[in-house]
Amino acid sequence: MSGLADIATIVLVSAGALLFLAGALGLLRFPDTLSRLHAISKADNLGLGLIVLGLLPQMASLAGGLKLLCIWLLAQLSAATASQLLARAVHRDRADR
Amino acid sequence: MMLLFDIALVAGLLTLAVHVVREPDERSAIIAFLAFGLLLGLAWIRLAAPDVALTEIAIGGGGTGILLLRAEAAVRGRGKHEESVTRPGKLAIAVGCAAISAGLGLAVLSFASPAPTLAPAAAEGLSATGLGNPVTAVLLAYRALDTLLEKVVVLLALIGVWSLAPDAAWGGVPAVRSGEIPQPLAYLARILPPFGVVIGVYMFWVGADAPGGTFQAGTVLAAMWLLVMLAGLRSPPETAGLPLRLALAGGPILFLAIAFLGFAFADGFLAYPKALAKPLILAIEAALTLSVAAALAMLVAGPARRAPTR
Amino acid sequence: MTVALQPSVLFGLCGAALVGIGLFAVVSSPGLLRRIVGCNILGAGIFLVFGAVARRGAGAGFEADPVPQALVITGIVVAFSASALAVALLKRLAEPRSDA
Repeated sequence: MSGLADIATIVLVSAGALLFLAGALGLLRFPDTLSRLHAISKADNLGLGLIVLGLLPQMASLAGGLKLLCIWLLAQLSAATASQLLARAVHRDRADR
Repeated sequence: MMLLFDIALVAGLLTLAVHVVREPDERSAIIAFLAFGLLLGLAWIRLAAPDVALTEIAIGGGGTGILLLRAEAAVRGRGKHEESVTRPGKLAIAVGCAAISAGLGLAVLSFASPAPTLAPAAAEGLSATGLGNPVTAVLLAYRALDTLLEKVVVLLALIGVWSLAPDAAWGGVPAVRSGEIPQPLAYLARILPPFGVVIGVYMFWVGADAPGGTFQAGTVLAAMWLLVMLAGLRSPPETAGLPLRLALAGGPILFLAIAFLGFAFADGFLAYPKALAKPLILAIEAALTLSVAAALAMLVAGPARRAPTR
Repeated sequence: MTVALQPSVLFGLCGAALVGIGLFAVVSSPGLLRRIVGCNILGAGIFLVFGAVARRGAGAGFEADPVPQALVITGIVVAFSASALAVALLKRLAEPRSDA
């Protein structure tokens, strides 16, 4: 059982790390702010979600797992807000021009 | 494996630090400094110091970050610039700084072995305080005087900031928000603070036995308050207002009162009676958390800008 | 070689380098805001050296000596207060003078 959990952890966390890598690449390579934002928010949401999901079987206690989920939810909330604010700033800059 | 991670972390830290120094655009440099603060938090985890990591990420990265970003927005295009240093001058400064770094590096490499440590002494006294987290025990029992004076330093800095207010606005309201407030920010400021306050209180509560404590908790509470003020849901308090001043001074006053009571009921200044050590420490911590939260938020808010209503 | 690259040594050396980088920014930057940032990098470097000392002082069941850790926590809060005061002074400097 623990072997299965370990394999799930390895697969999920690796997938999450890969998504973060893709997001970082997009952040570096994409030409404009909006598509960079698109790349990094995708990686943030899904990548962090996969990593949290992968770490859940490793948690010793229920409280620890709940804390992990809370971290994911809070990161989602702040990332969504930050993306919205950045996109607004881009929009305003374009309107000004 | 961990060595690889450590080396990557150090490389990231140094690259970001150099980038912060060389980047011509002020705002990019500050954002790089924010990233630097986050990486520094990871470095503290690698040094087995989770309490410091929490403090660094909350205050060193987050708090200083918002402070610098607000400052950049306020002085953009109007900042005072000193004369640029000439190229040979820069080279001389670089050589001097490198020499200082090299000296410090040599000191790091030639640390005494075995390393001097106060860990056994800290462990010995831990049971007397009723605490489980040695760092909290050092902060509030063995070296409580440092913590008390630090609170006073924070208050002095706040008095310094407030005293920069124009005469007409003295005692008035600081200007926290600027211009139109974006909808998503207002939304965040409505749903995040309840969770943030719970997390802040939790960090304060577990600080006795696990990583966390007054400073970290105070910073989280301050961040929630600032968020509410930034989104314009509540206006900042008047700096002359009694509730604010009570919150600011409450922590140090309670700390000092208990410290003096030590003369009567324990071995002297700042000594706790054995049976009451833990409840007393918790009471001081609770008051200090509120004071830290109020002081940090007000430090970011800055001096009063609008005249008091009365 | 593995002994030389323990985290305490590695991050201690990193701290030493950060002190130099920060000091360079403080002395040579033309912008005052950048000097405040430099001061913070300098401070971070010194704290890291403290962290290396703490890590080496592991003992009595703790992974690091709690005393330097507590000093660093105090230091970070004081550094923030100093930065806040410096930023307030900077903003005041940049304001158009009302009495002139």
